[in-house]
This record gives sequence, C-alpha cells and structure tokens, in this order.
Amino acid sequence: MILVNRREQIAWEEGLTVARLLERLRFTFPQIIVSVNGELVRRDEYGTRAVPDEADVRVVHLMAGG
Amino acid sequence: MTENSREASSVLAKHTYTVSAVVRGYAGRTLYVNVGDGVIESKPVTQEMKDKFIGGRGFDLWLLWNGVADDTKWDDPENEIVISSGPCGGTTQYPGSGKSIVATVSPLTNVVIDSNAGGHFGPLLKFAGWDAVEVQGKADKDVIVVIDGTTGTVRIEVAPEDAPGDTHLLGRWLLDRYAADEEARRYTSSITAGTGSEHTRMGCLNFSLYDRKRQDLRYKQAGRGGIGTVLRDKRIKALVVRSRPVKGDSNAPADLGRISRTGAEMHREVREFDPIQNRMRSRGTSYLVQIMDDYDLLPVHNFRYGSHPDTPQINGDVWEARFTQGLPDGCWYGCTIACAHAVDGYEVKSGPHKGQIVIVDGPEYETIAAVGSNCGIFDPDVVLEINFYCDTYGIDTISFGTALGFVMECYEAGVLDTEKTGGLELSFGSADAALAVLHQMGQGEAFGEVVGLGIRGMKRYFVEQYDTDARFLQDIGMEAKGLEYSEYVTKESLAQQGGYGLTNKGPHHDEAWLIFMDLVNNQLPTFEDKAEALHYFPMWRTWFGLCGFCKLPWNDVVHPKNAQSAEPSKIPHHVQNYVEIFSGVTGREVTSQDLIDMAEGVYNFQRVFNIRLGYGLREHDAIPYRSVGPVTAEEYESRADRYDEQLRELLNLEPETMSTEEKMSALRVHRERQYELLIDAVYERRGWTADGVPTLSKLQSLGIDYPEVVAVVERHL
Ligand code: SF4
Repeated sequence: MILVNRREQIAWEEGLTVARLLERLRFTFPQIIVSVNGELVRRDEYGTRAVPDEADVRVVHLMAGG
Repeated sequence: MTENSREASSVLAKHTYTVSAVVRGYAGRTLYVNVGDGVIESKPVTQEMKDKFIGGRGFDLWLLWNGVADDTKWDDPENEIVISSGPCGGTTQYPGSGKSIVATVSPLTNVVIDSNAGGHFGPLLKFAGWDAVEVQGKADKDVIVVIDGTTGTVRIEVAPEDAPGDTHLLGRWLLDRYAADEEARRYTSSITAGTGSEHTRMGCLNFSLYDRKRQDLRYKQAGRGGIGTVLRDKRIKALVVRSRPVKGDSNAPADLGRISRTGAEMHREVREFDPIQNRMRSRGTSYLVQIMDDYDLLPVHNFRYGSHPDTPQINGDVWEARFTQGLPDGCWYGCTIACAHAVDGYEVKSGPHKGQIVIVDGPEYETIAAVGSNCGIFDPDVVLEINFYCDTYGIDTISFGTALGFVMECYEAGVLDTEKTGGLELSFGSADAALAVLHQMGQGEAFGEVVGLGIRGMKRYFVEQYDTDARFLQDIGMEAKGLEYSEYVTKESLAQQGGYGLTNKGPHHDEAWLIFMDLVNNQLPTFEDKAEALHYFPMWRTWFGLCGFCKLPWNDVVHPKNAQSAEPSKIPHHVQNYVEIFSGVTGREVTSQDLIDMAEGVYNFQRVFNIRLGYGLREHDAIPYRSVGPVTAEEYESRADRYDEQLRELLNLEPETMSTEEKMSALRVHRERQYELLIDAVYERRGWTADGVPTLSKLQSLGIDYPEVVAVVERHL
C-alpha cells in the first residue's frame, strides 16, 4: 500500500510510476506538485519515476483560486 | 448627432471640471451623480480614505456607507451604485490590472453586494479624472450619464426613445453616439444592463471594451447580486465614460521601472508556462469543466451530483475549437493571460434577436457549469445561446443557471407542473424550455417573472402559492443570504462550505476556493487549519478588489520554483509581485502582511455594514443542506460507498444494518454539527463574537473604530 496525502491508501502495483498513480487517482489537474517520500518529482520525470511500495506520496493541487 | 444639438434637446444636468492628472494611481477625487435631482458634485479623496479603504471595493463601501441609511432597501432612491477601479487599476505593465469593482445594496440579499468586471470603464474613469463614481436617486425617465474626460464635462441626458434596450445593440448605439472616430472608440466605455434587468432581481452590468482587432465591442459582466436591476430601477440606461488616450504611464506610478521589471518577469512566466499548464490563452477558464467533473465537483442537476458522462460535450476542448484563436483577448491592456475569449460570427437561433450575427463573450467556466451541467444541458449551442441572451438581457448567468436548476428539480419533484409553469416542461435537460424561460425573463412575463425573483423569492412564492414543504425547498435551494451559489459542489469539503457560507456578500467563489487544499491535498485537517485558511484567503482575495487587480494571474499560471516554497498554495513569488506593483504605483512601501491588513479593515467594515442593514449575524451565515450533504435517497445512493465509509469511520456506525433514511439522518446530524463548529473556529480567528460581530478591539486594531461603526456593533455586543 502507498499513502497519498496522508489520508488515502492506494494498492501498490509492480512498476508503479508517478504518471500511472496520477492516472489511477484521476488527478488530471495540471498544476500539481508531487513528492515521493519527501523528494520533489519534476514534471518531466512523472513517466519514469518509480513509486515504491509503502511510499508516502504528496500531490499538492495548487488551485486555491477558482 | 453633435454635442450641441444633443445638449439643446436632452441634457438634464451638466457639471464642468478640470481634468487633473493622476498621481501615483489616484485621480484624487470621486464623482457624485444624482439622477433624481440632477445634482452632480466632486468629492475629495482624503488621505484617510487612501490609508484605510485603498480604492476599488474599499472606496465603494465607504461612499455607499455614507450615502445610505440603516433602513435603505435596494429600490430606495438613496441606494447607490458605486464603481471604482483602485490605485493599480489602469496599469498596463502587469497582467490583469484593469478591473472595476461595483457595490450597491442588492435586490437579492438586501445587504451590500460587490462584484467585479473587466472591460475598460474603471481605468478610463480614473483617466477621466475620477477614482470612483457614485450614482444615487431615481430618474423619472430613462437617462444616460456621460462622463467626458476630454472636455471635462459630466452630463445627465435623457435617453431617446429609439435607444435599444438590450446590451449588444445598446452598446453599439452608444458608441456611435458618443465616439465618432476610431480614437474616440478606443477610449470610450459604457456600462449597460438590458431588458432582463428591468424584470428580474438578478440583473447584471455589462462593461464594454472596444476590441481594436475586431473593431467591435466586447462586454465583461459584473454579474452577481442584481446590480443591473438597481441600474434600471434608477432608470439609468447607461453610464458612458471617455478619456484621453491611454499611455503606459497614464496611471502615473511612483516608480515605473519597478513595475515594468516585475511585469516583464510575469509576462515571461505566462508565455513559458501557460501552454503547459492551464492553457488560459487558448481555452480561458473553460478548461475547468472537465477538471471539476474528474474530481466530482462539477454541479450536475441542481448540485445533486459532481460529474456526468456527457461532460466531454461541453469541456474545454469543445470551447477551444469554437473560440476565435490568436487574438489578444485581454480585458484590459497588457494582460498577456488573455483569457477573455469569444465566439465570433454566432447566429442567434431564438428570441427577439433571432438571425442576428453576434459576438458571444465567453462562455466562462461558471456559465458553462451553471446553464449547462447544472441544468442537465450538455449542448454547447444551447450554452452559447443562453450565454448570449443572459448578457444582452442583463441577467447574471450564474444566478440564472443555479435558479433554473432549482426550478428543474422542483418540476421533477412535483412541486411544479405544466399548469404552474404556463405549459413549460422544465425537467433537467429541457433546453427549449430553458430558453423559453429566459425570454420570458427578458420580457417580464409568464413563469419567467417568477424565476426572476431568484431562488429565495421563489421559495417564498412556492410556499405561499402552492403550500410547498418549506424545508424541502430550503434544503435544495442553492442560495445563501439570498444569492445563488456559484458553481462548485461543496459536499465533501467543509472548508469550502465555509468558503461559501461565511462570506460577506453570499456564496460566490471569489472570497475563498479551498476545495483542493481541503479535500484533495488534506492540508487543512483541523478546524484551526480551516479557520486560518478562511481568514487568510478571503482577506487576500479581498485585496485584489481594493486595487483593481484580477485574481487569475495570481494563481492560474505558476512558475515551477513555487514548488519549493514553504506555502505553495499562497504562491509567494506572485504575492511578492503584488507587493512590488502596489509599492511601485503608490510609493507606499508595503509588505505582504500589509496587504492582508489593508483587506482585513475593509472586510470587517463590510461585515459591520451588513449588520447595520439588519443582517450580517450568525443566523445569516446559514447554508442549504444540499451544499453540505445528500438531501435525497437517490443522492445518497449515488455515492453510497463514500457515505457509508464515513458513517463507519467517523461515527462508528454500522451502515449495513441501517436504512438509507437512517443513514442520511445520521450523516446530516454529523455534518451540520461540523459546520457549526467551523463557524465557531472561523469567527474566533477573525476576531468576531460567537454571533459573528466584529469586537471593539478588532475594530480598534484595524483602525476602523469610527463612532458610527462602533455604534452599530455595540447594539450586538
Ligand atoms: S486574466 Fe483573463 S479575466 Fe483576468 S484580466 Fe486577464 S483577460 Fe481579464
């Protein structure tokens, strides 16, 4: 299992990347900041950066606006 | 028609003045126009006004406070419409620096409504010599107020009988009448409403801008709260302003180099990151439609649900294909975000203007969600048609769509039938019936007259006329304080329930939009966290309206370096930009905390203003249950997994042993209690009593403990 935003438990899968995780979560908003185990992930690394099992993932959506 | 011949036939009152230069963002005086008795006066802008109220919404509130009485109603002659841009309004170096802010006593809420709009009126008003205009009184025939900064005259003219009623024709007519050549057109702007404003409580104002590329007029709306209704009640057909040509230094900033450098940096950011972020330059705010659907936040069928399979039919890609691309669609000079898109060459398909080829301004996210998904209408042609007619009739698209969603649910629930609607079958998705209602509102006839009362008025009407269950109407009627909700589903975000409920003007998203921070990011886990956000963000967002700024450049394009900042949701490097611009324009060196302090003074003043008018207390911050949780069994069952889990986790209940009714009831008790606890926390953070009244020490610390302000709160302490 991995923990998303200190709340949601998501089942881990073999080969899980940041991009795949965002897709599973339906996090489609473009202005997000992703960190895996405290480390920021650049947008161009989403497709390649692996998310290990038990990871603490934060996905901060920036819109405080509307 | 020449000015001389107009003068002989139609000028009711005239005032001449010397157009003084703007100094550091201020013209130094405000204009008072009484269309009832013809008095036109100049008032000085005092240092106290600049220090405490800054400009824009702050000036509006100060002038309005001094113009009305404790018992003033929206349609009393002493009610005023006040319009001001603010000290940074008219800046051309930084994106989004040309907003106008309007305030009046609202026909929907009976308290102060403030609403902002793009278009050129506010900045041109300042360059014509005035930091604000306040109009009071009621004319006995239709009039046009003309503020001419090229001749130094203000006139109240009788509107000829052949002046059109609806904005898309009236605006053009005004331009032809008051701006003879291309240069005059560029620096002329009007404010108009329309026939729908005459017959409904939800009238909006259209602020014009002359689009040089299209060589035609565009309109941006100050939509909320029925200000157009007040304009037409005063029998003002239009306000027209003309200024001398606008230049890069017309706002006479204290340090032009400083704001130019800050602006250049921001323009670079927009050019580099907008194409890979929200693509505002090609889609405007319509990109939000699919996003909100993805997160279950898009209002569908009167806010019952947050998503719908047909949303792709009205999403941003659809609008990107329809919007004319490649034009600088900013609503003031220098806005590189340029999100104010339009559909050109649209042929009107229904109603009194059928067959005309027009420009439709928008639609923006709020309109698409309000008149589209919320009413079950997933046809972009119908959304465009409604958008066009709402604007030209002078009807707020948000109030219209939210009110129509309420009507459609009432129809499907049996509260209404064809006998009561005059034969209209108003179930969700009934596009023809929706348009028929809109045209009736434009003419003030049949069932459209009832819908024009707004949701609060309709609730009262249905109870009185049809003996409907008042509690059901209260639960499903998406209004608070009398204002219709703007378009976000808040059931799963307690913070945003407060973001709508704990507002001064009513449930509009421009005070706080906390859904992602709260619901998705989990950044506000405690009541204290939520209260802090419901302090900071409403103050911060109020500040934009004091200065003439648009909020979108603050958070719709963001440099990646923001990810490393301590509080990314506040977008600190953009906050610093505003510190630079404000200091650079006014010469008053400020910090980011100063911006919040400025706004807090005005915000609390507005709260006291509401109390003075007989509202503004805890009971007036109540919200409908539809914004808190599921009202109907169908709604509960549609998200049963989510709700059942909450019953288990939060309340230690066993949902499998309970009926749907029992589960709904348990959830309701819990959620309503949470909202009350949130109110307690927010009031405490804001320095208010448990009844929502700013304390004396709060007023003192903000420097707004004027005797008349203190006298209002003392009655409640
Ligand atoms: S960001 Fe959009 S709404 Fe704001 S000023 Fe620019 S064009 Fe107008």
